[in-house]
Amino acid sequence: MSDIASRVKAIIVDKLGVDENEVVTEASFTNDLGADSLDTVELIMEFEKEFDIQIPDDQAENISTVGQAISYIEEAKK
Amino acid sequence: MKLRRVVVTGLGALTPIGNTVEEYWNGLVNGVSGAAPITYFDTTNFKTKFACEVKNFNVEDFIDRKEARKMDRYAQYALVSTEEAVKDALFDFDKLDKDKVGVIWGSGIGGLETFQEEVMNFASGNGTPKFNPFFIPKMIADIAGGHISIKYGFRGPNFTTVSACASSTNALIDAFNYIRLGHADVMVTGGSEAAVTIAGMGGFNAMHALSTRNDDPKTASRPMDKNREGFVLGEGAGAIILEEYEHAVARGAKIYCEIGGGGMSADAHHITAPHPEGLGARNVMLNCLRDAGLTPQDVDGVNMHGTSTPLGDIAESKAILEVFGEHAYTLNLNSTKSMTGHLLGAAGAIEAIASILSIKHGIVPPTINHFTDDENIDPKLNFTFNKAQKRDMKVVMSNTFGFGGHNACVLVKKLEI
Repeated sequence: MSDIASRVKAIIVDKLGVDENEVVTEASFTNDLGADSLDTVELIMEFEKEFDIQIPDDQAENISTVGQAISYIEEAKK
Repeated sequence: MKLRRVVVTGLGALTPIGNTVEEYWNGLVNGVSGAAPITYFDTTNFKTKFACEVKNFNVEDFIDRKEARKMDRYAQYALVSTEEAVKDALFDFDKLDKDKVGVIWGSGIGGLETFQEEVMNFASGNGTPKFNPFFIPKMIADIAGGHISIKYGFRGPNFTTVSACASSTNALIDAFNYIRLGHADVMVTGGSEAAVTIAGMGGFNAMHALSTRNDDPKTASRPMDKNREGFVLGEGAGAIILEEYEHAVARGAKIYCEIGGGGMSADAHHITAPHPEGLGARNVMLNCLRDAGLTPQDVDGVNMHGTSTPLGDIAESKAILEVFGEHAYTLNLNSTKSMTGHLLGAAGAIEAIASILSIKHGIVPPTINHFTDDENIDPKLNFTFNKAQKRDMKVVMSNTFGFGGHNACVLVKKLEI
């Protein structure tokens, strides 16, 4: 697992209070990991802080799974 | 329209002198002070370095970490005290009509620490607003009642009363009235506060409202004592289950006592200072007695607002003399704030609980820390100084007065009165 992937997963485990095993690539924040709309906003903000990036709202709307978050951040950090 | 009778069938308390109703009551009758140096933040530069914090409290013993994180402490305290009260009431949830169960909660300030943290976070940034999405729903003063309804599915009337230090007495009176009028059969009421924060201590210190007796915190809250010099900030929660009398009897509920009446008034005088002659305090007690259909002579005791401020205690004592006349000298007066500190919006709830338990146990908790009489306070009044007194308490009133000049008073009584 890449460094980015493990940090993303750690944030999700912490903020959503889910088990690490549940945080798989295809898991949806809302459908699989119990996040509501506010949880999702908080996750995006935590990613921005952790990786020192800006995720505009229109792009944040497209990040709804663990894998999408990792891909977006890997791309942004290139 | 005939008003329905309302009784108390459940209690919960999370206070600086005990984290359950039983611990709280033991603390009260034994004259325990909850004051100690503040542990939440560095007080080096603060005028007052102590408060009555809730102790040995780990929220995760009660609320899942993920949920707890989305609540300010004031809301956590509300849920924890409500859980104790709901358990105490022994409801059969399958038979309870949850559309007829409401929640009216009180908080003077709401999520002060959350507000403080979020604004400090913004101030330390580059000007880009990065507020947490849970900031507003953590901070707002109504959210505790929302959480309680969500947890239990109580779908009746639900709102929060805000009248500073009278907040939870107003909540109790409103809850009482909604049941009396038939809008609900059961109400969860009470209040919670968590203002022992940088902003809370700094703000009250700026008003010169707090005691600065840093060398001896446990004797700082000394209502009616000549050398009192301000209140001691407290935090915590009290929860009370009110129930329509027939509803309680039908399910064989344990009944603590009956709510006899509620009174409300305003000083219409000053934003923070009490009326010097205790005008609003006098009126609120008279209104309460009228609502209860009782006379001053029926009353055994008054749990005073008694915050340990120089002006407030005198004004309230004068008001009691005016309302009760000669009978005032036979009353057991007390200020349990001498032990708990001042829980602001939760004060009315925990003091109503103290009053209810004084009826149940036949014991009046003391006003501790009395050392020197104040010549401005009638020495013939019995303030239950320093030691609890035994007495068959049948009718007790509980006073609370808030900044803004809001006054609220509730009367609790034995069922047969």
